[in-house]
Amino acid sequence: MSGAIWFIGESEDGRLQSSGAGVATLVRQLAAAAGADAVGLIVGSEPERAARELAGYLPSVLWARSAGADSFVSPSAQAAVIGRLVAVRDPGYVVLPATPAGRELAGALAARLQWGVLTNAVDVSWDGRPIAHSIVFRSDLKVRSAFAGDHGVITLQPNVVTPVLSGAAGTLEEVAMLDGELASPVRRTELVTGTAAASVEHARVIVTGGAGVGSREGWALVESLAASLNAAVGATRPAVDAGWVGYSQQIGQTGKTVRPDLYVALGVSGEVQHRVGMRMARAVVAINTDRDAPIARYSDLFVVGDLAVIVPLLIERLRETRPSGLPG
Amino acid sequence: MQVVVLTKSVPNTTGDEGLGPAFRLDRNAIDPIINPNDEYAIEVALRLAETQPGVQITMLTMGPAAAWPGLSKGLAVGVHNAILVSDPALEGSCALGTANTLAAALRRITFDLILAGADTSDGRAGIVGAAVATLLGIPFITHAGTLAVGNGAVQVRRLRDDGHERLEAPLPAFVSVTQEVGDLRYPSLRGIMGSRSRKPTTWSLGDLGIEPADAGGARATTIVLDVEPPQPRLPARIVAGEPGAVVGEIVEFIAERRIVS
Repeated sequence: MSGAIWFIGESEDGRLQSSGAGVATLVRQLAAAAGADAVGLIVGSEPERAARELAGYLPSVLWARSAGADSFVSPSAQAAVIGRLVAVRDPGYVVLPATPAGRELAGALAARLQWGVLTNAVDVSWDGRPIAHSIVFRSDLKVRSAFAGDHGVITLQPNVVTPVLSGAAGTLEEVAMLDGELASPVRRTELVTGTAAASVEHARVIVTGGAGVGSREGWALVESLAASLNAAVGATRPAVDAGWVGYSQQIGQTGKTVRPDLYVALGVSGEVQHRVGMRMARAVVAINTDRDAPIARYSDLFVVGDLAVIVPLLIERLRETRPSGLPG
Repeated sequence: MQVVVLTKSVPNTTGDEGLGPAFRLDRNAIDPIINPNDEYAIEVALRLAETQPGVQITMLTMGPAAAWPGLSKGLAVGVHNAILVSDPALEGSCALGTANTLAAALRRITFDLILAGADTSDGRAGIVGAAVATLLGIPFITHAGTLAVGNGAVQVRRLRDDGHERLEAPLPAFVSVTQEVGDLRYPSLRGIMGSRSRKPTTWSLGDLGIEPADAGGARATTIVLDVEPPQPRLPARIVAGEPGAVVGEIVEFIAERRIVS
């Protein structure tokens, strides 16, 4: 029997972070293929509820509560606890979501354990060892990689696996902290929530605006269409630089990587810097005045025309005849 | 205050990446540039130098000598020193090996603050910074949008999916930054001319006290098994003409695809 495969979850406001369920589902399936145990681990200030949620996906869940009033547990402190547990319980592999928090924790864990890291997997299969599948570079190369040794850390794109409950409640086990183990020199001095737009990373439908939207007034069309499709608003870098929308909505090279069921691109030229963030979209509709825009090569339906004319008509039509396929 | 900026040489994002033996990126055959996110780290360092006396900025890079021309832009915009860790035995380094090597180099210099971009445009892993900080035993904060230094600590504001937060860590510390930092400066003609004649301080593995057999591809913890080109995509259905008809096509497409199964 191979060493266990661990999933490291994040809890946010006491809940399992939304990216966690899909990644946990993959860990359960991978462990079944490997004939290994699948184990979840949550370290946080209020971990029990997230741990119970996680037990819906994994047969065994460990949780550890950080002491102190501050709800912020720094990744270096988490890595210290997880590193100690790994040394004692000897799992084979550790899987985390490729979110900002998952990545920094993966880096800290890799350094502490001196384990290799395979990053941004879009799938992980088992062939005597984990095989990570990823898509890299501007030419969208499909790469399969593995660890040279018997251990490793994998980060998985958070939106590639649909969560499936296991059908049985997993066991829960509290792990005691050592004195001062979660003490961290990093402190959170301010937390402001509830101000941001809907996250693009978990959206099933995204309406993205690019430079071709042209103005702040034009941007209102992007937001209206998003509202009528129950979609998150996405943006290319030029749209963010123009100040029409916040950086949190940027998709591409220096922004988010998304995998929606439907991606509607308005006035988006489709340069590679944007494409690397949306190339996993399942269906792409683009509207652009330029028939030769690169986005045409990555679209399923490419509409040549003026947004200012087409989008208001589309919103009206959607209001009249709501297509059966839309969420919500 | 000593500020070290970790930078990486990456393929120009408008060119094609060529693969060499063992599916490794052929770093001698690419048109190299500074990793775009690392430019924001340089910018943050330059702003600190403008607002505080005695800030010395050092760029630290690991890569082949061919990477250097792409990195000299840092000197052109005002970085004071540059160190290139370069050794034939480093070829094929995995992410962990890169972190171990950078940490070994950082142990040889004094620093109060280490900066880097949040991730790189070629690997996109986003793990090396936290790994380096962990190896050095210093606190780290990633994905900073703004950064200030005072009272022996670094204060960071960063975005969250649901808002923002401020974090603080005592120096020495590692901070990675995003494009939220804002506008980059362009090098002056004088800066460009001045940087042309400058060469980085180059350190080999021997200078870092690392045996070649303990680094690079020889010790890589990860291996690429195979690489395949993507499936060719079906050409898009292209529609143009009367707006009412075009809108009908879009609505039909959405309905056909059954966005919710």
